[in-house]
Amino acid sequence: MKYRKYYTSIKKVWGPLMIVEGVEDVPYGVFTSIVLPDGTERKGQVLAVNGTEAVVQIFEGTGDIDTDHSGIHFSTEPFKVGVTESMKGRILDAYGKPRDGLKPIVAKTTRDINGRPINPYHRTYPHDFIQTGISVIDGLITLIRGQKLPIFSGAGLPHYDLALEIAKNARLKDDNEKMIVIFVAMGIKHDDAIKFYRSFEADSKLDKVILFFNLADDPPMERLIIPRTALTTAEYFAFEKDYQVLVIMSDITNYCEALREISSAREEVPSRKGYPGYLYSDLASLYERAGRMRGRKGSISQIPILTMPNDDITHPIPDLTGYITEGQIVISRELNHRGIFPPVDILPSLSRLMKDGIGKEYTRADHPHLAAQIYAAYSYSQDVKMISTVIGEEELSPTDRKYLEFSRIFEEKFLNQKRGAYHSMEKTLEIAWEALKVLPRRELSKFTKDELDKYYD
Amino acid sequence: MKILSINGPIIKADNDGSIRMREMVKVGDLGLIGEVIELQQEHAVIQVYEDTTGVKVNEKVDALKYPLSVTLGPGLLGGIFDGIGRPLKKFSENGFIERGLYPFPLDEDKRYDFITDMKKGDAVSEGMHLGHIIEMSLKHYIMVPPGVTGIIGDIFPGKRKVEDIFCTIELDHGEPLEIRGFHKWPVRKKRPVNERLSMNEPFFTGQRVLDFLFPIPRGGVAAVPGGFGAGKTVLQHSIAKWSNADIIIYVGCGERGNEIAQILEEFPTLKDPRSGRSLMERTIIIANTSNMPVTARESSIYTGITMAEYYRDMGYNVTILADSTSRWAEALRELSSRLEEIPAEEGYPAYLASRLAEYYERAGSFKTLSGKTGSITAIGAVSPQGADFSEPVTQHTKRFVRSFWALDKSLASAKHFPAVSWKISYSEYGEEVVDWWKLNANVDWDSMRTTLAETLQDADKLENIIKIVGFESLPDREKLTVLSSNLIKKGFLQQNSYDPVDSFCLPEKQVKIAQALIYFHSRSAEMMNEGDSFNKINKSEAIDKIQRLKFIPFPSAEFDSTLDEINTELEGKQ
Repeated sequence: MKYRKYYTSIKKVWGPLMIVEGVEDVPYGVFTSIVLPDGTERKGQVLAVNGTEAVVQIFEGTGDIDTDHSGIHFSTEPFKVGVTESMKGRILDAYGKPRDGLKPIVAKTTRDINGRPINPYHRTYPHDFIQTGISVIDGLITLIRGQKLPIFSGAGLPHYDLALEIAKNARLKDDNEKMIVIFVAMGIKHDDAIKFYRSFEADSKLDKVILFFNLADDPPMERLIIPRTALTTAEYFAFEKDYQVLVIMSDITNYCEALREISSAREEVPSRKGYPGYLYSDLASLYERAGRMRGRKGSISQIPILTMPNDDITHPIPDLTGYITEGQIVISRELNHRGIFPPVDILPSLSRLMKDGIGKEYTRADHPHLAAQIYAAYSYSQDVKMISTVIGEEELSPTDRKYLEFSRIFEEKFLNQKRGAYHSMEKTLEIAWEALKVLPRRELSKFTKDELDKYYD
Repeated sequence: MKILSINGPIIKADNDGSIRMREMVKVGDLGLIGEVIELQQEHAVIQVYEDTTGVKVNEKVDALKYPLSVTLGPGLLGGIFDGIGRPLKKFSENGFIERGLYPFPLDEDKRYDFITDMKKGDAVSEGMHLGHIIEMSLKHYIMVPPGVTGIIGDIFPGKRKVEDIFCTIELDHGEPLEIRGFHKWPVRKKRPVNERLSMNEPFFTGQRVLDFLFPIPRGGVAAVPGGFGAGKTVLQHSIAKWSNADIIIYVGCGERGNEIAQILEEFPTLKDPRSGRSLMERTIIIANTSNMPVTARESSIYTGITMAEYYRDMGYNVTILADSTSRWAEALRELSSRLEEIPAEEGYPAYLASRLAEYYERAGSFKTLSGKTGSITAIGAVSPQGADFSEPVTQHTKRFVRSFWALDKSLASAKHFPAVSWKISYSEYGEEVVDWWKLNANVDWDSMRTTLAETLQDADKLENIIKIVGFESLPDREKLTVLSSNLIKKGFLQQNSYDPVDSFCLPEKQVKIAQALIYFHSRSAEMMNEGDSFNKINKSEAIDKIQRLKFIPFPSAEFDSTLDEINTELEGKQ
């Protein structure tokens, strides 16, 4: 970074913020470097300029900064990260610097981490599915290239295992295409984060992954830039180097908490639960960086992971995320307790883009109806289950008893899948039919007659 | 003027006294577009419609001497614009939104054939049609601007480009006025009309649950609230595709980029079932996705409705779909908070309700200045936080709309689409549309609607009992109510927006299916009076046939014969 001005006129320091007075020609939004009395540096960013005063946010904590001896450099531009294909297999920090002890990244190209919004006119609508080998996802919540499909989970649930299974197994229709997984750790535990690295290492697939780490004991404010650094890298790989990029970001909840901290330090009017009113727009500035673009081969798909505080799906973080992303995969504590993996509750789960990426041209002609029927039948079976707890299974009508059986087979055979077991699309659809065949033919109203003739009988 | 401070999209500049409230300005060396939103003796507060990163204190601010305006003229149809009316098609090929660029929004090279029978010396007054050109396949009228009266000086029929002079008008005072193919109009100012008319013609969305149970007339206003995943966007897209509007304005306001991409991919391939024209030819897209500047999100719905008013003035029925008004309200909130205004509920500014009212009141059925009838139907999606309808945007919206199409998440997760809840949705427009049904479909629509609604309600009450004692313990008559209600849900309310036949349903077909359902219920009740058991009725083949009616093309011999079979089946059970 080029720095132009140096000031020692620090007026106020509080929370993650400071005010520098007497500044001139400081552009809004630029990168800064704060020099402490002992010579160490802290990075920051200009949040507002008011006359000759600049409000600066410090990413690495304000501890030890003083007003008399500390100074600040202002650069002339927002933070840029160097991007190169040699980032593959590396563990990097929020600034794109190595934290794996290996040699520094040498990049000719640098990019502003804030990116620019993709012109909606230049987007192409996502169609091709990414096969994960996990029946519940491929069959019912299909992931499409260019989609953002978060995992809504809770503390102590196996969302990392699921994400890892997806990351390692994800296959494209055409084997010649290049694929890379970018994993962004935001305030997660060291063990969880390093598991990703180890797992790719064990399979000698380190050239298929780039890891950006901000761990639980790293500065919280860096969580605000690390996803942007990672997504800028993703854009480079997808739109300049033709990669199919899968970005896994965890944990969005930690990101939002960092945002709330800044907001409250600035005394902004909060909306819900103390989160700033612009939480939606801010999250959108991350999520909307997924997609495909006209005339370019690559794509960015995102799997953000968020742990819902108190498993509450109406909490602002999952709520606002759900409004931006194209569906969600919801992890169920109850299914997890019963030892089912992946414990995905399909009813609140959804993939908005799957309808245009499955069916005759993409998977199999009966797939859309099959998925709709499974959803409808499983939803009804849950009602039946509730009623049966009140009146007893014996009092149910014969058809309703069939629904209970369907639900058992569905959960045990379709949902439940051994870790590491890769199901082909054929196999996924086959198990789904196996479960549905328990029901009387008349109940399967979502299918055409031909489909029933072909698969039911 | 010079910049004093920068705080995100809000900047302050010194006030040299020449600047006016709501005036447009160019900010900084990049020349970013902004609007004056607050004036004080010493300074002006400006909201900037683009990202302000890199802007510095002391850079200049230039006043443009006119308020935030949108360019109106031929070439809007089939176009895609951002929240301040910039043509997204004209941005560079690198595919990202750039700053400080303002290409002319219309196609300046295209030659149109201006057809007119006006001539030199004709007296003209405001709103009068001077002639027309053909835009797509629509007559696009060139109109006398509001407030202008005079005599035609020159008029130039034949090949014209939008920037050419089409006509000059001699005024009582001053220079003659040059009328070109385009003009600018301030987005926050409603275009004048002759008078507001009462509404009496239904706006058909092609969705049975809306047209039949919760109707809206041309010129009406409706809100579609629903949590995420309840199907707001799919429903809005369905309306954009299949409704009987002349022109659709789709405002993607703070929503997903991929949804806009979907419209751009899908609409050109689909045909308007009524006119046979490509759907894109009647559609204008305003796209200000969630990652584009919030300030332009705030202005996007005004840009959209101003375009709607322009086509309404030509005598067209325009429908504006805003997805989502909650994102627009959040933009208001964000800007309000940066202005350090005192918040009302949940941080929203106190003027949220009046802004909503201002917007929805621009809809209606009107007699235009030229004496024609035109309408604007406004449908706004609402995205309540946590699907909680008691939040301020939903509550305030309810005050200004008369059709409320509430989407229910539990219906959506059972794949009942459109997930319009029959329990909390309502329409106050029954009176406006009832006569149309009588005159055009020859049915007592009101009583049919009531019958369907009552059956659904009765079944809902039984649901609670079923939860305690089970379905099998109900008396036969109540079992029939539940069966009929399920038939109404599956055969009528549910509509598959991806099915080539069912995605859209003509009013005549809606009537036929509704009649079959009502007949099934009354006839079955009769049969039970005559001693038939519920189990016998439940085995009737008519049930499956009624359920599949919606998938049969209409009008067709197959549809008629299936209806006959249903009737025979039911009659034969005597």
